[in-house]
Amino acid sequence: MLNIIVFCETKQGKIRPVAKEALSAARGIAEGLGAKVLGVLIGPSIANAAEELAPFGPDRLMAVTHPALEKYSTEGYTQALAEIINSESPAAVIFSATAMGKDLAPRVAAKMDKPLLADCTELTVEDGRIHIVRPIYAGKVLLRAAVQSEWAVLSLRPKIFQPKPVNGVAVSVETREVALDESKIRAKVVEVKQESSATVDLTEADFIVSGGRGMKAAENFTLIEELAKTIGATVGASRAVIDADWRPHSDQVGQTGKTVSPTLYIACGISGAVQHLAGMSSSKVIVAINKDADAPIFKIATYGIVGDALKIVPVLTEAIKQAKTE
Amino acid sequence: MKILLLLKTVADSEASIRPTSDGKAVALSDINLILNPYDEYAAEEALQIREKTGDAEITALCYGDETAIKTLRTALALGVEKGVHIKGQPGFDSLTTAKIIAAVIKDMDYDLILCGKQAIDDDSSSVGVMVAELLDIPSVSVVVKLEITDGNVRATREIEGGHEMVETKMPCLVSAQKGLNEPRYPSLKGIMAAKKKPIEEKDALAAETQIEVLRVEAPATRSAGKIVGEGEEAVPELVRLLKEEAKVL
Repeated sequence: MLNIIVFCETKQGKIRPVAKEALSAARGIAEGLGAKVLGVLIGPSIANAAEELAPFGPDRLMAVTHPALEKYSTEGYTQALAEIINSESPAAVIFSATAMGKDLAPRVAAKMDKPLLADCTELTVEDGRIHIVRPIYAGKVLLRAAVQSEWAVLSLRPKIFQPKPVNGVAVSVETREVALDESKIRAKVVEVKQESSATVDLTEADFIVSGGRGMKAAENFTLIEELAKTIGATVGASRAVIDADWRPHSDQVGQTGKTVSPTLYIACGISGAVQHLAGMSSSKVIVAINKDADAPIFKIATYGIVGDALKIVPVLTEAIKQAKTE
Repeated sequence: MKILLLLKTVADSEASIRPTSDGKAVALSDINLILNPYDEYAAEEALQIREKTGDAEITALCYGDETAIKTLRTALALGVEKGVHIKGQPGFDSLTTAKIIAAVIKDMDYDLILCGKQAIDDDSSSVGVMVAELLDIPSVSVVVKLEITDGNVRATREIEGGHEMVETKMPCLVSAQKGLNEPRYPSLKGIMAAKKKPIEEKDALAAETQIEVLRVEAPATRSAGKIVGEGEEAVPELVRLLKEEAKVL
């Protein structure tokens, strides 16, 4: 029996939401490939893995264990996955295109000599072959491609595939001990620093409030932070802001920053350079606040207000606070 | 120390990108081509390591058509000693590209391979790590801080909402993220000197692609929405729309 092997990502002892997205995406192509869905968890054991993941339709769940897998390492996890892949007849191997997935998927693909289609936003099966869509040039164009090899490694862009609960049978988690060559685990994570545990990362955020050059100065980002706090959003920024050192690099949205797909994206004082639009135009609802009525951002915004972001943002924050209490 | 630098020629991030009329590729004929921005951080890091250690030799490799020459000259102008042009046309199969690059590196001497964390054209973020696997060396990707002492490497990589500190030993591959350093501009003297520096030509290994490109297409265009109004007076209506029409609040 063929298996779609899904790497179910965990972090700090918890299953990440992307794992559910990946299982649902796998379920969507399982029938076409005539394959079962096998969810694989690596690392410290997760207490409620079966209860949390079973609704998303895996046929089997497997916890892969080895003392060297307690902490993430590219080479350790690659070896563990290679062992599973070699014994479970893959129809596809699926990752989430997260920091971990982007580090791991290429290593696994190269080890198994199979192609990697990274950061996919659509998966289908036609005549038994996997067809994918992946944005390239930061989404300025889309690539439609088909897998020609027996199977392929796929990584899925977060927030694109909806986690869909299905009526399935209960599954329990099988434990698989693997043998690793520890001399080949040469790069090791020695420390993890979680700096913004309170907020969700830009790539996984439902709400984003971004500021641009129109915010005028670093200290004015307190206005952006206030609005973000009010709606539970993550703060983003345009490249101009990063280049001016008003915000850290990790906040940048756009072609040389992060590509985001939130439900709501509020662009404050951002004119909308091509490279910025590329990174955020797949947001569901876009609000633009900008002084220049001809700014490109208004061409893709769902709603726009023409005016000074410095004056409008605090008024918007208050209005939303008010609306929430009503 | 011997440092290899992996470079790619890409379309300028400010360029609008369209599919070719047959829909099988990206139209690049009128587009300004640049050195991949993330590779600039890799190049700068190599130069800084050389300045610190005093004895590093940097070789830049670029896989591509004749446009690779200009990219290599850019690196040579920054201070890289020599270039290797791997002749060919990179496609969308990142493993094929990685095999071609690894085949050339296999015959070279190196302690450290530096590359950008991602090329901003195919956005695959995978060739560097794949090259490391094919060469059987460790890799650390998306690095914002790199310290090397006596062959020991300590790299800080960016993860969601934080950082991971990774330790390894050379030889290894490190992929650069924005924030690693501030890339310098080439000096006039450097540009002149670059013209005399050697660029070796290599033929690309024949490696068959395992993916079929069906179509390159423009994404569905977003239509412009409505301008709710001007100034603070428009805020109540915006909030109403977000609540009642878009239903996102």
